Amino acid sequence: MHIPDKPTLHKAKDPHTELADHHAVDHLKKDDHGHDHGASHGSVKSYLIGFALSVILTAIPFALTMMKVLPSQMLVPVILILGVVQILVHLHYFLHMDTSSSQVWNNAAFVFTAIILGILIIGTIWVMTHLNHNMHPGMMAGGMG
Amino acid sequence: MSPHPANPVDALKDELKSAYDHNPNDAHDTDDHHHQDEAAKVTLGFWIYLMSDCLIFATLFATFAVLKDATAGGPNGRELFDLSFVAFETALLLLSSLTFGLSMISMQANKLKGTIGWLAVTGLLGLGFMGMEIYEFNHLIHEGAGPDRSAFLSAFFTLVGTHGLHVTSGLVWMGVMFVHLFRRGLTPANRIRMMELSLFWHFLDIIWIGVFSIVYLMGAA
Repeated sequence: MHIPDKPTLHKAKDPHTELADHHAVDHLKKDDHGHDHGASHGSVKSYLIGFALSVILTAIPFALTMMKVLPSQMLVPVILILGVVQILVHLHYFLHMDTSSSQVWNNAAFVFTAIILGILIIGTIWVMTHLNHNMHPGMMAGGMG
Repeated sequence: MSPHPANPVDALKDELKSAYDHNPNDAHDTDDHHHQDEAAKVTLGFWIYLMSDCLIFATLFATFAVLKDATAGGPNGRELFDLSFVAFETALLLLSSLTFGLSMISMQANKLKGTIGWLAVTGLLGLGFMGMEIYEFNHLIHEGAGPDRSAFLSAFFTLVGTHGLHVTSGLVWMGVMFVHLFRRGLTPANRIRMMELSLFWHFLDIIWIGVFSIVYLMGAA
C-alpha cells in the first residue's frame, strides 16, 4: 500500500533528498540578507534611522506652523518640501525601494504613477484656479464660497 | 536537481503544497526558489495595486486643493483644526510604522512570538489612531461642521475618511493575519502575506504625510 500523506513516509528519504534539504536550508539562511523577493528587507538600524528622520521632518513643519514664526508665503513651500522629503525617507527606509534589478518593474510602476500624479494634481489646480478666475471677473480665485 | 518523488501524482501534490501553505521547518521543503519567484510576483502585483490606490488619493487631494477655500461662509481649516491633536495622531501612525518594521525583522529572524507581538503593538497604535480620527469627525459634526456644511468640508471628510477606511481595512487584515500566524506559523505563504501587509501599512503612513501637510498644516498656515 502506498499512502503518501502519512508523515512517516516523508521522513523515509533517500540520501539525495537529505542533501538537497540541507542545501535549501543554507540557501534560506543566506537569503535573509538577499534581495531576491522583489522587495528587500531592512535592519533595526535602518528602521530606526528612518523613524528618527521622519520625527525630525514631522516636528519641523508642525513647530513652524504652531509657533507662527514664518509668513504664510514662506511656510507653505517649506511644509511641501519637507513633506516630499519625508515621503522619500519612507520609501527608502520603510518600503525599501532601491535601484536593484529585482525591483525594476516596481520602480517602473512607481515612476509611471508619479507622472500621472503630477499631471492630475498640478493640472487640476492649474485648470480650476484659472476657471474660477475667468468665471468670476473681479473676484479672487476660490472666493465664491 | 528536483528531489520530488518518482510518482508524478505525488510530485504534483508536493508542488501544490509548497506553492502554498506549508512550513519550511517541516524538513521536506526543497524549492525555496519557487517561493522567491512567487514572493516577487505577488509583491509586484500588490505594488501595482498600491500605485492605483495612490491615484485614488491623488484625485481626492486634487479635489481638496480646488475646494479648500469654498467654505460657503462656514468655518475654515484654521478655525477648525487642533494641530497638537493632529501631531499626536501623526505620532501614533509613525510609531506604528516603526513597530511593523520590528515585526518584519522578527519574521526574518524566524521569531514567531516577536512577529506577533510587534504586529499586535502596531494594531493597537492603529486602533488608537482610528479612535482619535472618529473622535475628531464626531466632534466636527456636532459643532455643525459636518460634510454637508460646505464643499471644503465635503472634500475634507472624503479625503481624510478614505484614508481612515484604508487604515480600518489594514486593521481587519491584521486581525486575519493573527489567525494565519497562530494557525500555521511562519510559512512561506504567511511571509508573503506579511510582506504585502507591511507595504500596505507603510503606504498608508505615506498618504498621511500628504494629509497632515496639505490638509492640516497648510490649512492653518
